Amino acid sequence: MKRLFPILAVLTALLLTYALYQALVVAPTERTMGDVQRIFYYHVPSAWTAFLLFFVNLVASVVYLVWRNPKADALAVVAAEVGVIFCTVVLVTGPIWARPVWGIWWTWDVRLTTTLVLWLIYVSYLVLRRFSDSSQTPKLAAVLAIFGALDVPLVYFSIWFFRTQHPQPVIGGGGSIDPRMLHVLLINWLAFSCFAVLVCWWRYRLERLQREVEEAQALESLLGPGGVPSQSARVKAPLGRGPQ
Amino acid sequence: MNSANSIKFLYAAYIATWLIHALYLGSLVRRYGRLRQQMKDLRK
Repeated sequence: MKRLFPILAVLTALLLTYALYQALVVAPTERTMGDVQRIFYYHVPSAWTAFLLFFVNLVASVVYLVWRNPKADALAVVAAEVGVIFCTVVLVTGPIWARPVWGIWWTWDVRLTTTLVLWLIYVSYLVLRRFSDSSQTPKLAAVLAIFGALDVPLVYFSIWFFRTQHPQPVIGGGGSIDPRMLHVLLINWLAFSCFAVLVCWWRYRLERLQREVEEAQALESLLGPGGVPSQSARVKAPLGRGPQ
Repeated sequence: MNSANSIKFLYAAYIATWLIHALYLGSLVRRYGRLRQQMKDLRK
């Protein structure tokens, strides 16, 4: 596993470079918007990746609520955090595209507003995880995650059900797309998905380490220095036996 | 649309994307270093 991570990291870096080349050089220039349309190759895959991560967060939260599995709880935190990063990219690249195309940075359009609400819900989730010491925190966070996930279909289908300024969906919606553009879009999504998996993997290891440290610190504070039966008992505490 | 202006916004979006990811990865590296140090202290 230790060797696999750097190999996958190099492959993902190569794939991201190839995807960037495709987006900047190979993809045809859109007739009305010009080069600014190429923002779409980062904006849309980031949104899809964020949705996917929020879905992982939902599934992991449900698993935690049903089986009280600490690994599922750790995965839920990781997916929410990385999902928020991708959602931040969506909220930053969207206005940068909107300024030259619509003439404004932001409008309280239903798609934009629901996306901002989605981001706020998951930021609240992370704040709750970070600052609450209660033993009920993982349970409360899992419930919040379920409510947060309800906003994902709202964001996605908002442009189908409401009149919005946001462009129509390019796949499965009323919009159409040049096959070469679709190809570049899918390559970028694949690259960003691989990148997200790698980041989640690393972040999961970090979460596990953090819980081990918390466990060891709790043991030490209970038993006092020198009162711990063995080094391995202090350090190799199982995942997630920390605050429940 | 002005092509030079269009390119400026395109680069801004791509740079912002990678800046956000780089800042996040940087925060993970710092967190990892801090946890490793805490683990070392606990092992002593």
